[in-house]
Amino acid sequence: MNKAMSNKKIIALYITPALFLILALIYVPIVQTGYFGLMKWNGIGEKEFIGLKNYSHLLHDPLFWKSAFHSFLLAVFSAVSLIGYLFISFILAGKIKGADLLRKIYLIPMLLASVAIAQLWLKIYHPTNGILNSLLVSLGVHNPPAWLAETNLALYAIIIPIIWQYAGFYILIYYAALKNIPDSLIEAARIDGATPIQIALKIKLPLIMNVVKVTIVLAVVGSLKYFDLIYVMTGGGPNGSSEVMASYMYQKAFKGFDFGYASAIGFFLLVICLVVTWIIRKFTEANNDIY
Amino acid sequence: MDTVRATGSQAIVTEKKTDRSKNSIFSKIAYGFMYLFLIIVAIFQIFPIIWLFLFSLKNNQEVFNMSPFSLPESPKWENYTKVWTEGNISQYFFNSVTYTIAAVILTVVLASMVTFAITRMNWKASKWVLGLFMVGLMIPVHSTLIPLFNTFTKINLIDNPLSVILTYTAFNLPITIMILIGFYEALPREVEEAAIMDGASINHIFFKITLPMTSPVIATAAIINMIYNWNEFVFVNTFISSDQFKTLTVGIQNFIGQYTTDWGAIGATLVISILPILIAFLILSNRIVEGIASGSVKG
Repeated sequence: MNKAMSNKKIIALYITPALFLILALIYVPIVQTGYFGLMKWNGIGEKEFIGLKNYSHLLHDPLFWKSAFHSFLLAVFSAVSLIGYLFISFILAGKIKGADLLRKIYLIPMLLASVAIAQLWLKIYHPTNGILNSLLVSLGVHNPPAWLAETNLALYAIIIPIIWQYAGFYILIYYAALKNIPDSLIEAARIDGATPIQIALKIKLPLIMNVVKVTIVLAVVGSLKYFDLIYVMTGGGPNGSSEVMASYMYQKAFKGFDFGYASAIGFFLLVICLVVTWIIRKFTEANNDIY
Repeated sequence: MDTVRATGSQAIVTEKKTDRSKNSIFSKIAYGFMYLFLIIVAIFQIFPIIWLFLFSLKNNQEVFNMSPFSLPESPKWENYTKVWTEGNISQYFFNSVTYTIAAVILTVVLASMVTFAITRMNWKASKWVLGLFMVGLMIPVHSTLIPLFNTFTKINLIDNPLSVILTYTAFNLPITIMILIGFYEALPREVEEAAIMDGASINHIFFKITLPMTSPVIATAAIINMIYNWNEFVFVNTFISSDQFKTLTVGIQNFIGQYTTDWGAIGATLVISILPILIAFLILSNRIVEGIASGSVKG
């Protein structure tokens, strides 16, 4: 039996097509991105080797650092919003009738295309006819802001639909984790006189800490890569006030035709995603030892 | 003495009772507040989408002059017929369906083969190969975009649906394998082992025994893939330039650009683009919930 299951030819036949696809379309391209970052290249003509110039330019490009800072802000807001999602999940996982229906309703925005969500929220934020400003005017607010057109508001106005979009996803994950905790543990704590808040913070939270760690990585790395919604809602504007790393890279490549520099940004994005994942993993591991 | 004791214990009993009823009133109020809170969250999640449905059935006059949540005097279904027949929306819709189905089938079959080889067959590099697939989950799409664009241009796959379908497949293989592998590991091997004893070939076992046995998780993986592919934007936006090959996510951007002032038409376009997902969710919500949960938290 072992012989049949060790047939090298069959193994190769089953692995090769998928392996070829991820090597050719994911792994080779990331190496190429790093290599193209060493070139001066408009995407069509000849590549000219310029060494680390693109990378050193990157370090001194204020527009890049501005977009990196916006990505960072997005990551912070996404990570902080996890607390809110966690709070909702704790309530939902208590003995709530209809919890299943509620968490499905919460999930709906997450299933829709970011591009469609972006178009919908463009309408919500519409300065004169949008639902938000109609509401503000009916509440007596004069001259409500033009949200996405204000340099100091655009990025924050974009964060709201992002929080809205992903709420159901994280609530679903936390809810499933909380439902996995054995009832006997909670019952024992209750008999010992623990209050519901103590049970939540001292028993349930530590038990789902591993899941929370994974969601922190997902939220932070997800924010660093964030693109679709911003590209459609503001295109990084007004005046770069909502530009993030991915949108800056896209703009440099496919609007500015500076493919060499854009490749350098793409490579930096990759490195930063891997490093951040590694740091959060390390950090949360160390934290875990305290318990 | 006896009576005193009796009244004493009675007093204790009543005290306990009031304590408990106080407690239950308090917990009922708390319960009510929690419910209210959860329902407010649900309203926040669902209202924008309801508003979208409402304005997709209105004309501009109704959108601008009536309250946002009022019903249209008579639903303007012509918004839908207009966008479906006037622009390329029906073509985009057809492309979205085709690419989605092609990539879902390819991904699920290839991922099943990999998962089978990793969980059922014995070879040294299996862990290493699995690791390669799992690291693929971390890699940002944007870090591959320029080389992919460059390569597809060189091999004449740019502005060709194949570039999109193959890229969807490659980028969805990791998450699909992740969803499949838990099921494969929990699945008893007796049936497969018995088939080997009977001298069945590996191909026979995989296609005739394992694939049918894993059909529940294949359904879950397929619906998750369907959602991802249907909603994908960057690859189509980068690789496809002619209208005849664009999908809904990219097509509606151009389309909405032309109709910036016609809210009803924009609403109808957006509803058309999200409706297949909403219908799938109505029918298959449990599978979707399960797929999202199993595809996210194992890393």
